[in-house]
Amino acid sequence: MIHLEYILVISAVMMFAGVFGFLTRRSTLGVLLSIELMLNSTDINFAVFNKMLYPAGHEGYFFALFSIAISAAESAIAIAIMINIYRHLKNISVRDIEKMKW
Amino acid sequence: MNFLSLFVFIPLVMLLGLWLARGIKGVRAVMVAGSTALLALSVWLTYTFLCDRAAGADAEMLYTASFSWFEPLHIEYSVGVDGISVAMLLLSAIIVFTGTFASWQLKPLTKEYFLWFTLLSLGVFGFFISVDMFAMFMFYEVALIPMYLLIGVWGSGRKEYAAMKLTLMLMGGSAFLMCGIFGIFYGAGGATMNILDIAHHTGGAHPIAVEQQMLWFPLTFIGFGVLGALFPFHTWSPDGHASAPTAVSMLHAGVLMKLGGYGCFRIAMFLMPQAANELGWIFLILTGISVVYGAFSACVQTDLKYINAYSSVSHCGLVLFAILMMNTTACTGAVLQMLSHGLMTALFFALIGMIYGRTHTRDIRELSGLMRIMPFLAVCYVIAGLANLGLPGLSGFIAEMTIFVGSFQNADTFHRVLTIAACTSIVITAVYILRLVGKILYGTCQNEHHKQLTDATWDERFAVICLIAAVAGLGMAPLWVSHLIEGGVAPIIESIGHAASNSNPFM
Amino acid sequence: MEYTLYILLLPFLSFLVLGLAGMKFSHKTAGIVGTLSLAAVTVLSYVTAFEYFTADRVNGVFATVVPYNITWLPLGSLHFDMGIMLDPISVMMLIVISTVSLMVHIYSFGYMHGERGFQRYYAYLSLFTMSMLGLVVATNIFQMYLFWELVGVSSYLLIGFYYTTAPAIAASKKAFIVTRFADMFFLVGILIYGYYCKSFGFDFNAEGFAQGAFMLPTALVLMFIGGAGKSAMFPLHIWLPDAMEGPTPVSALIHAATMVVAGVYQIARLFPLWIQYAPEAMSIVVWVGVFTAFYAAAVACAQSDIKRVLAFSTISQIAFMMVALGVCLPGHHGEVIDNHASLGYMASMFHLFTHAMFKACLFLGAGCIIHAVHSNEMSAMGGLRKYMPVTHITFLCSCLAISGIPPFSGFFSKDEIITACFAYSPVVGWIMTGIAAMTAFYMFRLYYGIFWGTENKELHAHHTPHEAPLTMTLPLIFLTLVTLTCGWAVNFGSFVSASGEDYPIHLDTQIAVTSTVIAICSIALATYIFKGERQPVAEKMKAAAPSLHRWAYKRFYMDEVYQFVTHRIIFKRISTPIAWFDRHIIDGFFDFLAWGTHRLSLAVRGLQNGSVQTYAYIFLLGVLALLLILTF
Repeated sequence: MIHLEYILVISAVMMFAGVFGFLTRRSTLGVLLSIELMLNSTDINFAVFNKMLYPAGHEGYFFALFSIAISAAESAIAIAIMINIYRHLKNISVRDIEKMKW
Repeated sequence: MNFLSLFVFIPLVMLLGLWLARGIKGVRAVMVAGSTALLALSVWLTYTFLCDRAAGADAEMLYTASFSWFEPLHIEYSVGVDGISVAMLLLSAIIVFTGTFASWQLKPLTKEYFLWFTLLSLGVFGFFISVDMFAMFMFYEVALIPMYLLIGVWGSGRKEYAAMKLTLMLMGGSAFLMCGIFGIFYGAGGATMNILDIAHHTGGAHPIAVEQQMLWFPLTFIGFGVLGALFPFHTWSPDGHASAPTAVSMLHAGVLMKLGGYGCFRIAMFLMPQAANELGWIFLILTGISVVYGAFSACVQTDLKYINAYSSVSHCGLVLFAILMMNTTACTGAVLQMLSHGLMTALFFALIGMIYGRTHTRDIRELSGLMRIMPFLAVCYVIAGLANLGLPGLSGFIAEMTIFVGSFQNADTFHRVLTIAACTSIVITAVYILRLVGKILYGTCQNEHHKQLTDATWDERFAVICLIAAVAGLGMAPLWVSHLIEGGVAPIIESIGHAASNSNPFM
Repeated sequence: MEYTLYILLLPFLSFLVLGLAGMKFSHKTAGIVGTLSLAAVTVLSYVTAFEYFTADRVNGVFATVVPYNITWLPLGSLHFDMGIMLDPISVMMLIVISTVSLMVHIYSFGYMHGERGFQRYYAYLSLFTMSMLGLVVATNIFQMYLFWELVGVSSYLLIGFYYTTAPAIAASKKAFIVTRFADMFFLVGILIYGYYCKSFGFDFNAEGFAQGAFMLPTALVLMFIGGAGKSAMFPLHIWLPDAMEGPTPVSALIHAATMVVAGVYQIARLFPLWIQYAPEAMSIVVWVGVFTAFYAAAVACAQSDIKRVLAFSTISQIAFMMVALGVCLPGHHGEVIDNHASLGYMASMFHLFTHAMFKACLFLGAGCIIHAVHSNEMSAMGGLRKYMPVTHITFLCSCLAISGIPPFSGFFSKDEIITACFAYSPVVGWIMTGIAAMTAFYMFRLYYGIFWGTENKELHAHHTPHEAPLTMTLPLIFLTLVTLTCGWAVNFGSFVSASGEDYPIHLDTQIAVTSTVIAICSIALATYIFKGERQPVAEKMKAAAPSLHRWAYKRFYMDEVYQFVTHRIIFKRISTPIAWFDRHIIDGFFDFLAWGTHRLSLAVRGLQNGSVQTYAYIFLLGVLALLLILTF
């Protein structure tokens, strides 16, 4: 039997790897990957908490599934945006698309 | 469906029609048909209203109807009219009708212009038929926003600056107003937004505590007062009017500024009578300043529209001044003044627009001898000027006299002294009007280019003649209008009077 | 007497017709429309007068008839009525106005012949006549005020008739603004009156009067200021001399015979109130009148423009009427209004009547002269008697009338005024006698200056003066006949008197002889000085007191004082600073708000730098901070 703590450690590592990546990556694609990493870490948490703490219910699994579906859609949109940005700027570096604030 | 809703419905149909219309002919056809229908409707409403009143319908508001709109906040779309709103609806319909003809020749983006123009009039009509505070506020906002585009796109001079200034200042007023309205709503128990229910403590409303009134009254009064050119919140008016296109100036000075006076009376004074009695004197001083100050300022302006805008500050100040006198005669005079000022200032702006359209200048130092060049416009200008300075037989006289007599009937000396001070404005008005007439119309024309100009075209003549007829009609037979209005004013004054048994510092 | 309504309606209709469609008419048609409607009004006025004065007296007085009175505008507990009220003075005024106005209508056919705006001229005349008639038949003080404003406007329009010339524009503006300024006091007076007496009406027995009586003197004095503006009393007289820029027939009608006596009429109308509640305040009327009469007479002695001389003489004569009203005293024997103590009332109305006739005649005569020589200046005239015999004779008759020489009408009315003054106080009596002598002097100075004296041969050779056409001389002859007869042929006191009872006029022989002798002496003096071809005495007098002459010629610099007040004080010191304050302080404040908001947003927008990673950092820090807070 794997203990809850082991899995939580893994997901925490994934989470902070994601956070670190999000804050530091130059490329938008990298930022997107980091977001996926964070999302997946929460998915793991959902599943494991459901399994360990409330074995009778299925809500955690459902949530994880929802989240996967949404993250799939989201990355599709994000990549579409990035392609568009690339077409305009020939570049997808985070620093170069600041101009959207005006 | 209540027939009052036609006042909102017809502009909606007009908007649709304008959207579908092809070419300038189509646009004009829709506008003429729609504004004629509105005018006919308001005339018919006036007639029916008078008949029903004569037949003994003595409810405070007639033709009331109510539909729930947003249940949790008790917002309803409630309509109903009394004498005051009937008079204001008639005024708005006349101005919209003549405004259509005054912008007959307007060139770029005609369709879009009329779309915004119609939306603006929709807001105005909706405001006057509503008896629900929130619906009123919403229509008020509907009337304000198009103004920004109308001035910003079709205006002249520093139009962007003026449009921005006007909209921001009026929006600032709206912010006060919204606080005030929600204050009243919750202060009265949070059960209803209906003005009549709040005033008479029916439908779940209870009297608003006096401490709360002292807070919400100034907010509401200033909120509406900004639109009614209350000193010192009037400075949008000269810039805004100077930049606005003709018909927009007409509608704005003629009708929109009346929203302020109407709202002050219908919401601020009616719903918070104790506070009105307590704090009235502060605003009375401010409006008294408006009256005299506007007139003095107008004396030294050199732009035709600035003169008229400051004159509007003075005359609209008189409206608020009279409302604050809190007796039936003065308040009747206030509504008469709204009507009268609406008509004659619309006439003034229409004529200024027509003169500007020909000479391309509004600077009175560059204009002279127009009487020989464009006699029709010049004569109408003189008539408008005489109406403005209160010539008997035209509307200004009866309105001013009703106000002065009514105000002077106040029992305490403070009010009467202020009335005398306000009387001085009639002299100053004469000074700036005659200065203007003498400078631009009389004399001989020095400018060779101006000598080639033509007199008014048929559409301009039509608009101007309609307005003059209305001004003269009101001035010569004031009895029925005064009767109509007094019926609406009396119940409001009565409820203010009930609350007056308190400590006005000057009573 | 329902037909009296048409007295107001006919001129109004002709105003509408001529005003709206006048340009479609030929000059002739327009003139005929205006004149015919006025003729009908005149006939109606005469019929009214006949019917009114032949009706039986009730308790010795003519009953007040009110054929119409409708509520025009309700004002709470008060109401603003419009109607027609006939009583002796209003009927008398109907006669004066319609007669003079008809004469002016006829005269204008000749005088305004071929002028541009002929139709407009007749439209304005109709408007004026309607307003003036409405003023005199008013049933209440508010109706009077309404028509009072209307006559002001028609006067403005008529003075500014030649709207392309700068002096006419300035004069019309000045006339309107000065009278408007005075009207403001009138309005305040009305407000006070309405508030304290609970009525605007002229039936002075209403119950409100007793309790409001303590404020009545204030109200009446304020109304008197209004009247003083319209009737050109010092210091509000400055508009009248300038008003002569209008066409001469207009000066005759408005600025000599009718509108300028509105102030006198107003006091006469409110006379029962003055005498009962404010007898002390009447001394204000007396002294304002006395000073104005003297001032205007002094100025008239030095003017060279003939219309200006006549204008100042009008001011002086109206002041006579004012003084006459002011010197009335309450009765001694219980009755408030006593015909003997209030002789001045009758005298004032009598003088109003006679003055209207002879002064209209003088102005119309002046019009003929101006028509002939195309100038207002006396220097262009002289020796005209041989060219214009009819004008000469009628002018002479009117001069004799205004100087108070029997049997002309002016003698009788002026004599009554001076009698009343002596009854009030010998000082006032002697002053007024002195001013009457000045009147005779300056009028004959004018007369000799025009018809005798040094002829401007150069000008006359270039353009020979000719007698005016028949349309112009007929009114002169008619008015002269009235002036000749109405003094002795009619007993004015049996129509108009203070109490309304029949009051037989009897001449006080002592005063009559004295004043006639004095008048003849000053005429003789004027003859001695001004009749000859050379005028050595006049030159010598000018040389002896040059500054006095210059001051009188410049009207004692009253206009300059006004100029200073309006331009230097009101425009420079009040309006301009207010306008500046508005643009820079108030508007500046709102612009400052906008600017401040803008600066603030610039300052904080650095936080919103658009870099998602920065946002995430801040977000993360926020989460950590929250965590720390929640943990501890």
